[in-house]
Amino acid sequence: MTVIRTLDKDKMSVAEGSYAVAHAVKICRPNVISAYPITPQTHIVEDLSQFMADGEISNCEYITVESEFSALSALVGSAAAGARCYSATTSQGLELMHEVLFNMSGMRLPVVMTIANRAVSAPINIWNDHQDSISQRDTGWIQMYAEDLQESSDMTAQAYKVAEDKDVMMPAMTCMDGFILSHVYEPLVLLEQDLVDEYLPPYEPEYTLDPKNPLTFGAFADPTAYTEFRYLQQQAMDNALPKIEEAANEFYEIFGRYYGGLIDEYETEDADIILMAMGSLVGTIRDVVDKLRAKGIKVGLLKVRTFRPFPAEAIRNAIKGARVVVALDKNISLGLNEGALFTETKASLYNTKIDVPIVGRMIGHGGRDIPVKTIEDIVEEAKGIISSGINTESKYADLKEDLL
Amino acid sequence: MKSLFTSGHRGCAGCCDAMVAKFTLMAAGEDCIVISPTGCLEVMSTPYPETSWEVPWIHSLFENAGAVASGVEAALKAMGKKGDTKVIALAGDGATLDIGMRSISGAFERGHDITYVCMDNEAYMNTGVQRSGATPFDASTTTSPAGKVSYGNPLPKKNMPAIMAAHGSPYIATTSLGYPKDMIKKIKKATEIEGPTYIHAHAPCTTGWGFDTSKTVEVAKLAVQTGLWPLYEMENGEVTKVRKIGKQKKPVEDYLKMQKRFKHLFKMEGGEEQLKLIQALADKNIEDFGLE
Ligand SMILES: Cc1ncc(C[n+]2csc(CCOP(=O)(O)OP(=O)(O)O)c2C)c(N)n1
Ligand code: SF4
Repeated sequence: MTVIRTLDKDKMSVAEGSYAVAHAVKICRPNVISAYPITPQTHIVEDLSQFMADGEISNCEYITVESEFSALSALVGSAAAGARCYSATTSQGLELMHEVLFNMSGMRLPVVMTIANRAVSAPINIWNDHQDSISQRDTGWIQMYAEDLQESSDMTAQAYKVAEDKDVMMPAMTCMDGFILSHVYEPLVLLEQDLVDEYLPPYEPEYTLDPKNPLTFGAFADPTAYTEFRYLQQQAMDNALPKIEEAANEFYEIFGRYYGGLIDEYETEDADIILMAMGSLVGTIRDVVDKLRAKGIKVGLLKVRTFRPFPAEAIRNAIKGARVVVALDKNISLGLNEGALFTETKASLYNTKIDVPIVGRMIGHGGRDIPVKTIEDIVEEAKGIISSGINTESKYADLKEDLL
Repeated sequence: MKSLFTSGHRGCAGCCDAMVAKFTLMAAGEDCIVISPTGCLEVMSTPYPETSWEVPWIHSLFENAGAVASGVEAALKAMGKKGDTKVIALAGDGATLDIGMRSISGAFERGHDITYVCMDNEAYMNTGVQRSGATPFDASTTTSPAGKVSYGNPLPKKNMPAIMAAHGSPYIATTSLGYPKDMIKKIKKATEIEGPTYIHAHAPCTTGWGFDTSKTVEVAKLAVQTGLWPLYEMENGEVTKVRKIGKQKKPVEDYLKMQKRFKHLFKMEGGEEQLKLIQALADKNIEDFGLE
């Protein structure tokens, strides 16, 4: 499906990405917010603090914790007590949460957290890439990546909808590129309370810490039962696949905005070359596709919106007709020299009849700019692959040899 | 008083943590939510699908009981469900004095209405008796073993109640398994006071300390009677009540010689000097708290 954007001009205002997200959180009626500042996520929690100070969020406690570790830990307690919870973080903060991330999903607590994606140190770097969230991919969190500010905002409501679904009950990360989305001002429609109230019902957990009905949370499970808990978590992730599609469709029905469900395709139907990517890079590629299509080059874009659960089937269907696929990654698995989107897409083709050449290009790490020219060069290289096969399977597309 | 911590748990015979849990729930009653970090208590009381807890209970991680308790309390408040429900963290000494320190500090500084009870068995018992910040001077543990050139743990016990008092808590108390009534009374008081309150409960562990399972109370009392574990209450930073030792005062040897973890002091060359150093610690407590 191609992207449908019917932005109602009368409703539009200009806002910073962080503000749009903070506003969306407010409109989703959270009960507990707990967060710790870290660039480039800070504006979100500052805006939320201001909403609190102005009395704009009712029935809500904001816990100004002493670390990211405690931010998420506090939400373990809050979510178990039945609250709708929110946090935001990035990079080092997200890495510090690592242990709690597992705990949250293991206890099936549907918290939503915005990640303003940023590189991890060392060397210390505050700019955008996806290494932080990709490093947390096995923690049992749903991971979605937004293309622009409007999507970052709207994805917040969609994430609650999916995470809190009784068949899912898993926490969700909504990822927005640090600075590129978090600190940019764009015209957008801020979420409206009446529409969100229609879209997102109040959170009604089945199990809570309630003295009238005492339950034990986070019990100790030995080898006779542990595997089954993990199996059920995987099942919840499987259940999330159609729920993410449904949440996107229902959002479209109420708000008139659609960004894709698990994936979104742009000019892929007859494409020889398909570029796949996540996050704001998708926007740049979209422009390149327009430019090259005008020159008659059959190139298309596959936006991967949901990385966990991994939409293998949707991706396979989208790329099976192409003559070459290039997965662009803002992360690297050190020691494998591949980005996650490439590795996983490639793996999803194995044992199938789809025989499409696929290469991985790593790009934009630590905030390195991704000019249109770089994408065009990648397309040029892809043309070569069609005629003479794969030369280099995976590599950095923007390496500065002179610095090595 | 009904115990809401049931029997059938997997703790060692005469387990101190189980006893503290039992007394805590006797003090708190049904209307409470308990948060326990990783440690003996968690492992032995919740082997899925069984549980020893007849109150709502949550385990999360080793290092975050303070934060999880903060979150529970905040959620109850936000949703208008707090009422008289007591939010109680029940944690080992390792989880309290070491790895969980930051999250407890944060919770107390923010003033959450929670009661934090430390079950101080003076080591990491769950992982096999390793030294913690609460391990006393010269105790032999698996990571501070006595040996040819070591008398055991070379460091003094961290003064956690003083640290907690410095956070501005309205109520801090030390207590001991040797005095169950004292323990129940103080925990009850702590849960009834609004704001973050802290109870440090001395909890002799038969397995870790090496004494007969029938001797828990005797060992615990001796820690108090020698002055090594003073029992006191602090309100808003001031010591308001002290349990005097009086005529029951005993030399530290009486306490130390009952336990395997100190037996090297009675055998090794130079052990006598070490015993004097420990006696000096007790004497200082006796003087500082006016225990005589
Ligand atoms: C981050 C982390 N490090 C280490 C451990 C291993 N561990 C589990 S329980 C424990 C010791 C618990 O000691 P304490 O808090 O004193 O409780 P006790 O078992 O003595 O009652 C340790 C080290 C862990 N679970 N998590
Ligand atoms: S080692 Fe000590 S604290 Fe742990 S279960 Fe045994 S007696 Fe209880």
